[in-house]
Amino acid sequence: METHIKKELENTIDGKLAKSILRSCVHCGFCNATCPTYQLLGDENDGPRGRIYLIKQLFEGDGSESTEKTRLHLDRCLSCRSCETTCPSGVKYGALLDIGRKLAEDLAPRSREEKKKRKRLQTTLSSPKRFGTLLKAGQLLRPLLPKDTRQKIPKKRLALECPTTIHERKMLILQGCVQPALSPDINTATAIVLDKLGISLIHHKKVKCCGAVSQHLSSEDKAITQIKNNIDAWWDDISNGIEAIITTASGCGVMLKDYPHYLREEGEYLYKAEIVASLSKDISEIIIEENYTSLPIKKTHKLSWHSPCTLQHGQKIIGYVEELLTNTGHTLLPIQDGHICCGSAGTYSILQPELSKQLKHNKLENLTRETPDMIVTANIGCQTHLQQGTEIPVVHWINLFI
Amino acid sequence: MHISPETRTSLLFQLSEILQPEQLLSNKEELRPYECDGLSAYKTLPIAVALPDTIQQIQQIMEICCRNNTPVVARGAGTGLSGGAQPHEGGIILGLARFNKILAIDPDNLTARVQPGVRNLAITEAVRQHKLYYAPDPSSQIACSIGGNVAENSGGVHCLKYGLTVHNILALKIVTVEGDLLTIGSNALDNTGYDLLGLFTGSEGMLGIIVEVVVKLTPDAEDTHLLMAAFNDIEQAGNAVASIIANGIIPAGLEMMDKLAISAAEDFAHAGYPRDAEAILLCELDGSTIDVSEQTQKTKKILTEQGASFIKEAPDKTQQAKLWAGRKAAFPAVGRISPDYYCMDGTIPRKHIAKVLKHITKLSTEFDLRVANVFHAGDGNLHPLILYDANKEGELEKAEQFGAEILRLCVKLGGSITGEHGVGNEKIELMCEQFNTEELTIFHAIKAAFDPNGILNPGKAVPSLHRCAELGHMHVHNGELPHPDIPRF
Repeated sequence: METHIKKELENTIDGKLAKSILRSCVHCGFCNATCPTYQLLGDENDGPRGRIYLIKQLFEGDGSESTEKTRLHLDRCLSCRSCETTCPSGVKYGALLDIGRKLAEDLAPRSREEKKKRKRLQTTLSSPKRFGTLLKAGQLLRPLLPKDTRQKIPKKRLALECPTTIHERKMLILQGCVQPALSPDINTATAIVLDKLGISLIHHKKVKCCGAVSQHLSSEDKAITQIKNNIDAWWDDISNGIEAIITTASGCGVMLKDYPHYLREEGEYLYKAEIVASLSKDISEIIIEENYTSLPIKKTHKLSWHSPCTLQHGQKIIGYVEELLTNTGHTLLPIQDGHICCGSAGTYSILQPELSKQLKHNKLENLTRETPDMIVTANIGCQTHLQQGTEIPVVHWINLFI
Repeated sequence: MHISPETRTSLLFQLSEILQPEQLLSNKEELRPYECDGLSAYKTLPIAVALPDTIQQIQQIMEICCRNNTPVVARGAGTGLSGGAQPHEGGIILGLARFNKILAIDPDNLTARVQPGVRNLAITEAVRQHKLYYAPDPSSQIACSIGGNVAENSGGVHCLKYGLTVHNILALKIVTVEGDLLTIGSNALDNTGYDLLGLFTGSEGMLGIIVEVVVKLTPDAEDTHLLMAAFNDIEQAGNAVASIIANGIIPAGLEMMDKLAISAAEDFAHAGYPRDAEAILLCELDGSTIDVSEQTQKTKKILTEQGASFIKEAPDKTQQAKLWAGRKAAFPAVGRISPDYYCMDGTIPRKHIAKVLKHITKLSTEFDLRVANVFHAGDGNLHPLILYDANKEGELEKAEQFGAEILRLCVKLGGSITGEHGVGNEKIELMCEQFNTEELTIFHAIKAAFDPNGILNPGKAVPSLHRCAELGHMHVHNGELPHPDIPRF
């Protein structure tokens, strides 16, 4: 597409990146076909092609045309990146959206109220300690709360006991910020499965949030600080040749793999970010390379598999979990619109509740149509969000391997 | 047709009385993404975009626009490649994307009743459980809407055997320019009276607004086989196409891609296309198992005789889907090798394919612009993609001239300027080459019968006699236009 970046941005890193991405878009509109918000709202402004156009205006125009309306349409994007999977021209929409959002906020700053709300969310969610305490309080009060609020507070899940054997093969694990409180079973199940496969996990206490929460809430500076902090914490192990950095939440996984993008202006750290990204592996990528069929499977189930957008569109990991589950005797039910987001999308469910609710409803209809024993997924966000709307258990697939 | 600020304000006020705030866009910022359709080189900002939810709202919008003499451009998914949904500077865009429901499926009678904003592929997905599909499959079928398909009489890979949109619909509900709701056609195959259904199909939004479509469904064939043949010479591939059809074989699809297109499509789809071939043919054969096996043998023999360097067979659905995926995404995949492309859509008699290809190569050197060729070869429908860089001054104009040269050649050889993408704004001037004064006069009379004031998609599809005269394609006697009483728009 024809693109003329305005003078003051033309030679900036973001300006150059925007130009190269905008020029790769041919405006065919295929992306709208698989965009969850375009399907719900039917407005070009709420589909990827229109958003690309809005971002183009931000980079080309004098700013007089771009108001809070542009910001609203960009805010409504789930960042699910389903459009990237569909796009034949290879447009890197996620990266463009990211720099577009920043510019939209500069041109039309958020209200003080909204800024405060985002700040609160950011500080609560990205601190495991703060979030854990609040969650515990909520779980205690759960029986006393009205139904609507009660549904939003997940039931307590018990942690499993971690293995203590130390193996020669070692990998780093990112435990995540909200996951240890919401579903402590996932990280321990991962440790147990890997222990059986002869791999030990190393967790660094200094590593808390991957940075995604801050990134979603438009505090990029905070995100960059968190990313650097994580890189520093891992660096010794990386220098000593650690095999991999494992994520069990695909939302964190895609963030790690995108570290080079976020540190694109950070000189020396960019190089380190690239190494971190190359070592980052979703747990499915690790297990599939091991002799997993030797693992004892207690019981096989009829399952509905919900592939998180951050796994299938963000990390482009397609078919791995399906293969792991079918090869170990489980039955996977056919799921309509498996490529469409469930509406969780990081902090989206809090910031855009109406659209999120509609997407959750549609997703659960598709996931429960054939009455599965349980729904399995690979991201804590999707897991918690979906569980709010169904009695059928929603778990991380790794739990089926212990 | 410029519009005064007072008229604009008054129109927006009238529309705001029947639409919710989020259904009516009127500030520049939100109108900008509607300034073009799939042909992004041509842009106009509309005065507003209306996004109705109900047929009643469409009727009210039409009443208001008719009363105010405001141009209305209907838009489905905005994937058209001829600028058919390009806005009018003094008019509104009537966006129909919210009409995306499949209303009824009747597997016994092989029909489905759908809203106009339903995506072409969504119909097939919805009826797959009944072992049925909707046959016309434009390459943009993942995104393009059925309403737009009717408006453009869209084709696709499978139209060689199963016909264009016009052969696969039974009835339409339309809203007239005055806001009346009419049904044309019926669930029966034949209708008495004039064939208004045929007239509406391909009318490019100039006769009425399509608000519901009854489509015909086709049962899945018992067996389907796909052959991919590679050629070291593009002309040999062209000759092979003509030879297959001349031998009495009607494939379900017969497609061709040249080297540049192969490479771009392979980058996206990883379908296993041979990057070193000068051209490939994809030939799908369907029918009963016996027929398919017999036709496969015959086709393979013809392909070999015509010089195919190798033939790959894809008997199972997954392999076939992969091979088609690359072909169907070939246009936008070209975005990987060029920032912009200009897609042509001429048709020619099949026997001339090799000759035309040769000429395109010659023109490519003359204009110094690369061309990726993607064809519905079986029905002689060419889609040369002229690669250019819109950021470079004068390149679009050069691409347009190059395209016009190709289309002139198509007309000269007995073909036409559009096979399936429609005329829109893009090819309007070339209509003067394909049709004479008398023919255009009939078109104008039909338009006037449905839309006397010319507010539906003005300036598209059919050129005014005046415009043709200016271009020097019409005989103007003593400075007088023939039939001066005919309205010109």
